[in-house]
Amino acid sequence: MVRSHVLICGGTGCTSSGSVKILDAMNAEIAAKGLQDEIKVVGTGCFGLCALGPIMIVYPEGTFYSCVKVEDVPEIVEEHLLKGRPVERLVYHETKSEDPHHATSLSETAFYKKQKRVALRNCGVINPENIDEYIAMDGYAALGKVLTEMTPDDVIQTILDSGLRGRGGGGFPTGLKWKFASGNRGNVTKYVACNADEGDPGAFMDRSILEGDPHAVIEAMAIAAYAIGANEGYVYVRAEYPIAIHRLEVAIKQAREYGLLGKNIFGTGFDFDMFIRFGAGAFVCGEETALMTSIEGNRGEPRPRPPFPAVKGLFGQPTVLNNVETYANIPQIILNGVDWFKSMGTEKSKGTKVFALGGKITNTGLVEVPMGTTLREVIEEIGGGIPNGKTFKAAQTGGPSGGCIPASLIDTPIDYDNLIAIGSMMGSGGLIVMDEDTCMVDLARFFLDFTVDESCGKCTPCRVGTRRLLEILDKIIAGNGEMEDLDRLEELSNYIKSASLCGLGQTAPNPVLSTLRYFRDEYVAHIVDKKCPAGVCKSLLQYKIDPDKCKGCTLCARKCPVGAISGTVKNPHTIDTAKCIKCGACMDSCKFKAIYKE
Amino acid sequence: MKTLAELAAIKARMQNNVTLREGAAQTRVVVGMATCGIAAGARPVLAAFVDGVNKAGLTDKVTVTQTGCIGICQYEPVVEIYEEGKEKVTYVKLDADKAAEIVEKHLKGGNIVTEYTIGAIK
Repeated sequence: MVRSHVLICGGTGCTSSGSVKILDAMNAEIAAKGLQDEIKVVGTGCFGLCALGPIMIVYPEGTFYSCVKVEDVPEIVEEHLLKGRPVERLVYHETKSEDPHHATSLSETAFYKKQKRVALRNCGVINPENIDEYIAMDGYAALGKVLTEMTPDDVIQTILDSGLRGRGGGGFPTGLKWKFASGNRGNVTKYVACNADEGDPGAFMDRSILEGDPHAVIEAMAIAAYAIGANEGYVYVRAEYPIAIHRLEVAIKQAREYGLLGKNIFGTGFDFDMFIRFGAGAFVCGEETALMTSIEGNRGEPRPRPPFPAVKGLFGQPTVLNNVETYANIPQIILNGVDWFKSMGTEKSKGTKVFALGGKITNTGLVEVPMGTTLREVIEEIGGGIPNGKTFKAAQTGGPSGGCIPASLIDTPIDYDNLIAIGSMMGSGGLIVMDEDTCMVDLARFFLDFTVDESCGKCTPCRVGTRRLLEILDKIIAGNGEMEDLDRLEELSNYIKSASLCGLGQTAPNPVLSTLRYFRDEYVAHIVDKKCPAGVCKSLLQYKIDPDKCKGCTLCARKCPVGAISGTVKNPHTIDTAKCIKCGACMDSCKFKAIYKE
Repeated sequence: MKTLAELAAIKARMQNNVTLREGAAQTRVVVGMATCGIAAGARPVLAAFVDGVNKAGLTDKVTVTQTGCIGICQYEPVVEIYEEGKEKVTYVKLDADKAAEIVEKHLKGGNIVTEYTIGAIK
C-alpha cells in the first residue's frame, strides 16, 4: 500500500524549468531505495505558483517544495521519504511550521488564502493522464446525473439559473447560449465546440485547465451536447500547446475506453464523441466565427453576425461554442447546485474567475478568486505586491482587447460590469501588472503592434485603421507628436470600434482609449515636453553623466558598444549624444551612480 | 462502462488514493526512521503499519508517516500515535507483529496496548 504521494507539477511553466527530469529522477531514486511500493510519484497539472517552480508537494504531510532541482532529489528521498525529515531549505517559506509532520496548509498562505478553486480544483491535485483519479474526485458523476436524472431542458435551466457567464471574454450568459441552440432537438445535426485558442499575451488559464484537468472539459462538453441535442464535439486548441494537446488526447482515449465517449453512454441511448482541431496560432481564430471557419478547414476569417453560431455555426449547423474555463465550471454547477454557485461572486457576475498574473509582480502564476475580489487583494495579497520596492502604476486586463486600470482604481471589485464601466474588460483573464517604469504610451503601442500583426485583413476599419493608429503612436513616441494627434487617436479609435466586423477590431483600440483616459498627461509629456516620464521611449531620452559624481574610472567608456563615451582617467567623462544608441550599458556598469537619463 | 454503479465502483476503489492528498486524517502514526530506528528494524514496523491500516480499511482516518530521531535510541523502533483531542501515545521496541496488534487493538478498537508503551518499559 502507498503511504506517501509525491506530486510534481507538470504544467508548462514547471516543465520548462525541468520538472520532467525531476519526475524521472524521483522515480529512479525511489526504485533504488526500494520504496516503489510505498511511495507514489504523480505528475499533475499547474499548482498556480509558477514563480516558484518547479514545484513538488509531498503528502500526507503536505510539504510544499519550491524551486526544486534534479540534484535535490536524492536528498528529498533519503531525508524526507525515508527518514521523515523535510528538507527545510527547499520548503516554501510561507508553509514552514513548528510541527515537522504537518506543514502549514497551503490554503493558509497568502497566495492561496483568498483563492477559491472551482475551475482549477483538480489542477495540481490529480494526475491528468489517469481517468480513475478524475473519477475519484467525482469525475463524470455530473454527466451520469444529467443523463439519468435530468431532461435537456432541466440542464439548460440549471445553467441559466446559475448565472454562469462566458469566461472567454465577452461574458455572455452561458445558459442563454445553450437555450438558443436547443430548438428542434433530434431533427437537426448540431455541434458543441470548445474554444481553447487562447491568444492574449500573458494568459494561460485555458492551457492550464487542459493540462491539469482535461476530463472536466470532456465531461462538460458531453453535458452541453446532451442539453442542446448534439452528438459531436470539437476542441479547437492552439498547436503551440503541446502538453495540453497530449493530455487531452490521452483523456479522450481513456474516456472512449470507459465508454464515457461513444455510443449509448451509461446505457441511456445518448451518443457523443469529440475531436481535436489544431489552431496555427492566429489571434483572430479565438473569435467564434473565425474559429469555426478554421475548424471547417478554411482560412480563419470572421464572418458577420447574425446569424449567430447558435443558429448557423459549424458546417452551417446550430453550434454551442464555449471557452475552456466556462466548461470547467459546468460539472461543478450540476453536482453542487445553483445555490452553491450563486453564493460566490457579485450580483451580476457569479462564481469565480481565473487570472494569469504576470508582469511586475512577485507571485507570477495562476490564481482563481471569487468575482468581486478587488484588484488590490489580487495584486497586493495574493500576488505578493510589486517586486524591488517599486510602486504599482496600472494593470492591464483583457490583453490587447482590454484596457488599463490605474492605481487610483485599485479597489475596484473585479467583475464583468465593473471592468467595462472603467473602460477595460474581463477578457480571458490575463492580468498584466505594471510598475512606475512602464510607459503607458509605449504600452498602448505594444498592444497595437500586436493587433496590427494579428488583424486578418478582411475588413477595412481593422486592417487599415489599426495601422494608422500605430503610426500616430509611433510619431508621438519618436517625439514628433502634436496635440491634435490625441483627438485623431480618439476619433479613429471610435470609428474602428463601431465599424469593425469582429471582436478583434471592435476591441483593438481599447488600450489606446484607456491609456488616453487615465494617463493623458503622459501623452502630453511626450508631445509637448518631448519627454518620456517613465524613461522608456528611447527617442525622447538622453543619457548624461553627472560631472560631480563621475570619478573618471573609465568603466563606462570601456562598456559602451559604440564608443560614444570619452574622457581621461580620473576626470569626468562625457557622452556624445549623436553616437549614443541608448542601450543603457553605461548606466548599468557605473559604480558611482553618476549616469542618469532624462 | 455502462452503468453509474460501475462509475461508483471506480470511485470507491480510487478514493484511498486521493484522500491522502487532502490531509484530512485525524490520526497520525509516526514511525521513527532515523539511522537508529532503521538499524533497530523500523522498516518492517513501518511496512506493517502501512499494510495493517490499509487492510483494516482505516486509510481515510489514519496516515502513516515517518520522522527523524525521537531521542530515545535505546527504545527504537519507536512509534508515536497522535489522535485528535487525545494525548500522544508512544510505543517502543516494536516489531512487525506488535505493530499489527496495535493496528488491531488501538487504531481499530480504540484501546491502547499498554504493555508496549514507553510507560510499561520504564
